[in-house]
Amino acid sequence: MRNIKILLAFVTFGFFIACGGGAPKTETPSETPAAPAEAPADAATYDPTRGEGKFNADNLKLDATLNPTFADAGEKAAGVKCTSCHKLSDERLVGPGWAGVTERRTHYWIMNFITNPDPMIDKDPALQAQLELCLVRMPNQSLAEEEARNILEFMRKNDGVK
Amino acid sequence: MKTKQIITFMFLSGILMFAISCRPKNAGTTVMGDSSVKAFVAPGQFDEYYNFVSGGFSGQMSVYGLPSGRLFRVIPVFSVDPEKGWGYSEETKPMLNTSHGFVPWDDLHHVELSQTAGEINGKWVFGNANNTPRLARIDLKTFKTAEIIELPNSAGNHSSPFGTENSEYIVAGTRFSVPADYSDGDVPIDTYKKNFKGHISFVSVDKESGEMDIAFQLKTPGVNFDLARCGRDKSHGWFFFSCYNTEQANTLLEVNASQKDKDFIMAVNWKKAEEYLKAGKGVKQKVKYAHNVWDEATHTGTSTIKNEVTVLDVSVLKDICYMIPCPKSPHGCDVDPTGEYIVGSGKLAAIIPVFSFDKLQKAIANKAYDGEYEGIPIVKYEEALYGEVKKPGLGPLHTEFDGKGFAYTSFFVSSEIVKWNIKDLTVVDRVPTFYSVGHLSIPGGNTRKPSPKYLVAYNKITKDRYLPTGPELAQSAQLFDISGEKMQMILDYPTIGEPHYAQSAPADLIRNNGQLKIYPIAENKHPRAAKGESESKVVREGNKVHVYMTAIRSHFAPDNIEGVKLGDEVYFHVTNLEQDWDVPHGFGVKGANNAELLIMPGETTTLKWVPDRVGITPIYCTDFCSALHQEMQGYVRVSPAGSNVPLTFHVGKTAATSTTPPAK
Repeated sequence: MRNIKILLAFVTFGFFIACGGGAPKTETPSETPAAPAEAPADAATYDPTRGEGKFNADNLKLDATLNPTFADAGEKAAGVKCTSCHKLSDERLVGPGWAGVTERRTHYWIMNFITNPDPMIDKDPALQAQLELCLVRMPNQSLAEEEARNILEFMRKNDGVK
Repeated sequence: MKTKQIITFMFLSGILMFAISCRPKNAGTTVMGDSSVKAFVAPGQFDEYYNFVSGGFSGQMSVYGLPSGRLFRVIPVFSVDPEKGWGYSEETKPMLNTSHGFVPWDDLHHVELSQTAGEINGKWVFGNANNTPRLARIDLKTFKTAEIIELPNSAGNHSSPFGTENSEYIVAGTRFSVPADYSDGDVPIDTYKKNFKGHISFVSVDKESGEMDIAFQLKTPGVNFDLARCGRDKSHGWFFFSCYNTEQANTLLEVNASQKDKDFIMAVNWKKAEEYLKAGKGVKQKVKYAHNVWDEATHTGTSTIKNEVTVLDVSVLKDICYMIPCPKSPHGCDVDPTGEYIVGSGKLAAIIPVFSFDKLQKAIANKAYDGEYEGIPIVKYEEALYGEVKKPGLGPLHTEFDGKGFAYTSFFVSSEIVKWNIKDLTVVDRVPTFYSVGHLSIPGGNTRKPSPKYLVAYNKITKDRYLPTGPELAQSAQLFDISGEKMQMILDYPTIGEPHYAQSAPADLIRNNGQLKIYPIAENKHPRAAKGESESKVVREGNKVHVYMTAIRSHFAPDNIEGVKLGDEVYFHVTNLEQDWDVPHGFGVKGANNAELLIMPGETTTLKWVPDRVGITPIYCTDFCSALHQEMQGYVRVSPAGSNVPLTFHVGKTAATSTTPPAK
């Protein structure tokens, strides 16, 4: 009987092959959404120090001192887009408090995360651990690059940079 | 059975299966065949066309994908939609204002995609209100009703919203002739012939903003205008309107409007009308109509009542209108892609007459007339006729074109679609529909360049097609592949409301037109927006309590409010602080005599609530937004009138205080 089963499988297989694979063909455009500016790295090549996105140690350098103009603009932007969920202390609201964030993370990791959250939440082990605590994925707030840079400066001010 | 026999059996049946399944396709396999494959769009893949379908008596417009038949969205247009807060939020109420006040419902029959040089441009889609005559313009970047204009002197805006080749005008012909708004309407109904008049509005459309304006109206004899089509290419500058009830009956039209062998297709030289208008031949008439415009920056509609319209009387101003006799009570009046052939579909006729634009011009030049109809020359039938399609079927209604020399006409009574050759007027194919087809739609089928791959039939009757659902059954669409010689049905699916006409546009044309994904919060100009939680507050203005509320995954701010009293009107101005695509928040209030809000990212929308009892009223987010959506809620405390509970509000531990002093 075993032979028969094999034979049956063979016959069925032959039937599909003969009819051109059997898979439905459509003439529908199979376009995928436009690729992001930088090809996403897979989990194996993910760099948890840098994160994923436009920024790295070379293209984003900070002064040792605070830029107060940036920080003030950042405080305003954060008021619209961030502080509903983040406190300035170390207390967690929806997301973690901001106190000390610029010491825990590289500045380019922060810039990448706030401008490109979704791919990083999918890959970054620390962010996945954070998600288990908060259970809300940090939304993409469509921050312009300048806005993000200002918010980073405000975070630095919050962490005592003068 | 022995093993050997079984093996032989398997072999034979295998070969048989192979033979059957690979048999070449023919007309006999029209429904079975490969139909499901042709309509199949794999999960995650996009359809080839956007399909905009009139919702009929639902008053809305639905958006489907072709060829899958998947329903993407129902756009609220003329009817309130509690699901989306349309007509319920303070911002959307003005959009449904009319000279009669707020009208919560209408009957949307036809759609028209905007065009440039006779091709769809992907900017706007128009819809008509058949009951309280209006035109709507829907913005295809937002899929939202951006504008509604009311049509004075009209009653039953059926012959609408058909447009010219560059959307210079969208027309609106009245189905019910009535005494004009600017005349005394208190007349005996049986004075129809004397007092009832038709009016056709030519509504101009601004090329950039799309804003509509009634450029002029044509005052015509009192008849029923049914459908219309613009001339195109060589016949650009002309418009053709089917007319019935040229008997001018005012009762039992079923019989009394079906007396004559021929009614008319009215040919309108609108370039000539423009000349008369420019020469000041129009008469400014006192009327009243609403013009409602949506502002994307303030997220608010504004309604303006207008009081004047310019009317051109076509029985006095010669050379604008000509009557072409057309058998019998014509419905469809369709112009082929070359602009030469005008197809009349007399719904009680046994033939389809095809008129020639060139012959019509010649007949007008030679004054080949057969008398006048209330001052309008009647062109001799034979002098305008190209030819007749003989014995096509019963009850021809509407015709679309494939641009390859074929016309497709729907037959209501005989429930079929008939494909015929425009040049030699012979029938080349026919297929049944299930049942009683009304309009047909081919993507671009009313343009210079149809895309002849699909045809959709919109059916009035579906009994026995689907699982029964009590006395009321869905109406349906049936999708045909028309890429070959023979039409092949590949999908049959129910629709919302009653689908009359529909149009389709290539998916990429609309998908890549700059689709709006979010409202950037920085550009939000709503006067009561709270841009950030720090701006959330509660302000008392007399008995009106304004709550400037924010929503973000997953809390409202404020979410605890006290100091509201009986007799107050509470306005929740909710700003969605999200800036990511596809993250709306909803907002519901227990016991509100109102609908919910559905607030898009970056948008501000207002719900009015008049508390009717003392106690605690919960509020909550109605649109599942995150894992903590069920936690997205709050409370409002309502105290008796005259109570001294101060107005306070807060979210979390940070208690804020009122910006107005507490009540004494």
